[in-house]
Amino acid sequence: MELFGEIITGIGVLFLLLGNFGILRLPDVYNRIQAGTKCTTLGALLTIIGVGILQPAWFWKCLLIAVFILVTNPISSHAIARASRKIGVPLCDRTVVDKSKNFKGFKKQEKK
Amino acid sequence: MKEKAHVKNSDLKNFIYLFFILFVIWLVLTTSFHWQEIIVGIFISFILALYLHKNYLELGLPKITVKKIIYFIMYIIVLFIEVVKANFDVAYRVLHPKLPIKPGIVIIKTKLKQDIAKTILANSITLTPGTFTLDIEEDELLIHWIYVRSEEEIEATKIIGEKFEKYLRVVFA
Repeated sequence: MELFGEIITGIGVLFLLLGNFGILRLPDVYNRIQAGTKCTTLGALLTIIGVGILQPAWFWKCLLIAVFILVTNPISSHAIARASRKIGVPLCDRTVVDKSKNFKGFKKQEKK
Repeated sequence: MKEKAHVKNSDLKNFIYLFFILFVIWLVLTTSFHWQEIIVGIFISFILALYLHKNYLELGLPKITVKKIIYFIMYIIVLFIEVVKANFDVAYRVLHPKLPIKPGIVIIKTKLKQDIAKTILANSITLTPGTFTLDIEEDELLIHWIYVRSEEEIEATKIIGEKFEKYLRVVFA
């Protein structure tokens, strides 16, 4: 059981490492947020659940924390991305399509 | 008069739901069944539920039925599979020496009406492979896609949103 918990925590840490790697390698804010949310979701979940398995007394608490992370993680990334789009952070030059000018909310913002 | 009675009835129902949810969270957090802990838990959940049960109605949560619970559980299973897929997908793109990305911003449409349903949809899109939600306005979602497979609105909607929306549409019908 202890070994199992350690393996799960290890895989989680590996995903967190990959997430950081992605933040360093990808070209612009939006792509970096992709790495920052995706890899850290599973990374943090596995790390926390692994800790729960290592310490059975904490298992339910850890599960609850994991659920809260799953619920709140997208919200924070969404807030950062929305703010960067509103102040006009440019997209990288490998971008193939940008339809944000046709978006209803964008037109509303222009009118104001 | 009849309407008022109906409102009161749903108020009580909301209160009981909320009290129950808060109390379960309390039990999980304390993981202790000592009578003192349980009494404090009941007391705190009661006060919080008393203050917050009106907001529960404003969130637009639907009435709970067996079919909706089954669909919601299926939705959670699909979401979990997608989360794991998303992680491997992004990990692959990050580790590949040539960085196989083709980023772009596309618009997709949703048929969901309630704010809470749209929030859940936007959050699940953020957790799925290579896509995340930048903004929502009425029935349009602005999506950043790390590898654009289709620029057309209808096709993009099918690829990104459909697999969640078909469950959420039943849950929030």
